Amino acid sequence: MTAVTTPSAAGHQAPEPTGASAASTARTGRTVLARSRHPGRRHAPWPRRAVVAALLLGASVVFLAPLVWLLSASLKPRPEVFNHRLLPDPVAWQNYVDVFEAVPLALWTLNSVVVGLAAAAAMTVSSALVAFGFAYFRFRGRDALFTVVLATMMLPGVVALIPTFIIWQRLGLVGTQVPLWAGNLFASAFSVFLLRQFFLGIPRELFEAATVDGASSWRLFRSIAVPLSWPALTIVFVLELKASWTDLIRPLIYLQDTALFTLPLGLKVVLDQFGKGGEAEWQLVLAASVIATIPMVLVFFVGQRFFVEGVATAGRKG
Amino acid sequence: MTSTTTPRPPVHQVPEVADDTARAARRRQRRHTLEALAFISPWLIGLAVFTAGPMLASLWLSFTQYDLIESPTWVGMDNYAEALVDPTLHIAMRNTVLFTVLSVPASVVLSLALAVLLRQAHRRTAGFFRTVFYLPAVTPPVAVGVLFLLILNGQVGLLNRVLGWIGIDGPNWTTDPAWILPGIVVMSLWSLGTSVVILYAALLNEPVDLREAAVLDGAGPWTTFRHVTVPTISPALFFVTVVNTIAALQVFTEVYTMYFGSQASSASDAALLYVVYLFQQAFQYLNMGYASAMAWILFLVVLAITLVQLKVGNRLVYYEGGDR
Repeated sequence: MTAVTTPSAAGHQAPEPTGASAASTARTGRTVLARSRHPGRRHAPWPRRAVVAALLLGASVVFLAPLVWLLSASLKPRPEVFNHRLLPDPVAWQNYVDVFEAVPLALWTLNSVVVGLAAAAAMTVSSALVAFGFAYFRFRGRDALFTVVLATMMLPGVVALIPTFIIWQRLGLVGTQVPLWAGNLFASAFSVFLLRQFFLGIPRELFEAATVDGASSWRLFRSIAVPLSWPALTIVFVLELKASWTDLIRPLIYLQDTALFTLPLGLKVVLDQFGKGGEAEWQLVLAASVIATIPMVLVFFVGQRFFVEGVATAGRKG
Repeated sequence: MTSTTTPRPPVHQVPEVADDTARAARRRQRRHTLEALAFISPWLIGLAVFTAGPMLASLWLSFTQYDLIESPTWVGMDNYAEALVDPTLHIAMRNTVLFTVLSVPASVVLSLALAVLLRQAHRRTAGFFRTVFYLPAVTPPVAVGVLFLLILNGQVGLLNRVLGWIGIDGPNWTTDPAWILPGIVVMSLWSLGTSVVILYAALLNEPVDLREAAVLDGAGPWTTFRHVTVPTISPALFFVTVVNTIAALQVFTEVYTMYFGSQASSASDAALLYVVYLFQQAFQYLNMGYASAMAWILFLVVLAITLVQLKVGNRLVYYEGGDR
């Protein structure tokens, strides 16, 4: 956090910030290092850097405050939840014990893990197949079909909500967890788009050489395309895991049995029972919120570059 | 046989080779096409069963009355006529439009400001701050709803406490009907990390020499930003605006968590957004026909807005390498 405010990188350059004069006078090793780290980028004078740092730190405090408050308040005893002190004193670990006893939180977590893994795996496998079909093969109507893929990306999901529900109802699967992930077996426009971009980047000679050696197109997919595309496949996997983990509307529509709930629906039940208009046991609601939030934050920290890269790719198609 | 074993469609080579080779080539091409269709079949099935089929089905349902138990009965335009006079739907529409108009410009401007700040910082520190800004986007929306129900609370909430430090007596964000929607906008601004990541990635692609040329020509920071930076990142800016608009029109989870569910709240009307009302009509009152009509109205509105934005965007967005 302090790196921006330390003057080490900026201060020494302040007197001669720009142009050829800086290059001629700046013969210290540090400046050379700084310049080579940012080729073509000149450092701003330090007052401006200080302002930038202050603004970024301020914004970070605003963005982190709700999460810090959540974590802190979830560890406070009931009468102190709203005292807004940064550190809980005493620390009420008991809240977490209580909430696991009050509701089947462990079961809901397990459900979320199972459904999330199934949803992410189904999406990754199906989208990889479809993306390879669009990237490797050349057939009549391919580009027209791919335009349809791109067009469906803009469809509002709400329109399909009701008929999709009716389909699962006719299949007798309402009340089971199947509708929460099985739709992912049919790929999604965004994942196909992302993976196709990646497959197109693989040199075609690799496929052609393998074909000469008699490889089938399945082998091209399985032994060349997939092994070379782990980063892209991981992006699809983590983004889909996040989508499934945070989804409320499908569990809300399809599940009635408490034992099948995933965490978001469970958390909503906890809120309605212990929170507003309920028993005002907010420390339990907050502990449950932390439980629902932490796993995805951990996944995010581990797989951060995949999240960021995936989201940035979404922007590049604009 | 040498070159035709490649997976390229050999169609163009057909006239030059002997007749049976041509037939073999055609056979290969057909096999090639069949294999391609096999690979893309999951999407083709999905398109038919989970996209196009449901779209058409919901269009048909929107002209019926259907409660999931009795078979649907044809009612013609009744559902759409009902939508014209349903006062609750009009409240939901007004709230949704107001929310979109307030939240989208604010979130795009704020995201751009944060992305520009990130570019000013060192690459590595920028990575840290980007993580901080993106964290709310990985927080489950239900948890966001819980969190902001408390943070926005008029008496004990963190926001009014902070406002109090600077001498502002904050409103009852979660109970005063006039302040509920602004409160939801505040909450939505907290989760703008995705837009920041997209715009920051676009900014990093801006050629530095272009900006330096502008500076050498005597352009000030604002002029450089306005006439060099904004045009270069305009595709990303445009994308973020379109996607945020579509998402804002469909906000559901956070608002449903805060104000709806088993505990009916007196504040409901002020927080009633379009998709929340659609959900109630479909899955609480089982008016599947009416809800389908609402879904189609929303679809047409989204389509119209997207087309207008595309048309405006074509004039404003600069694509490198000329027209596309």
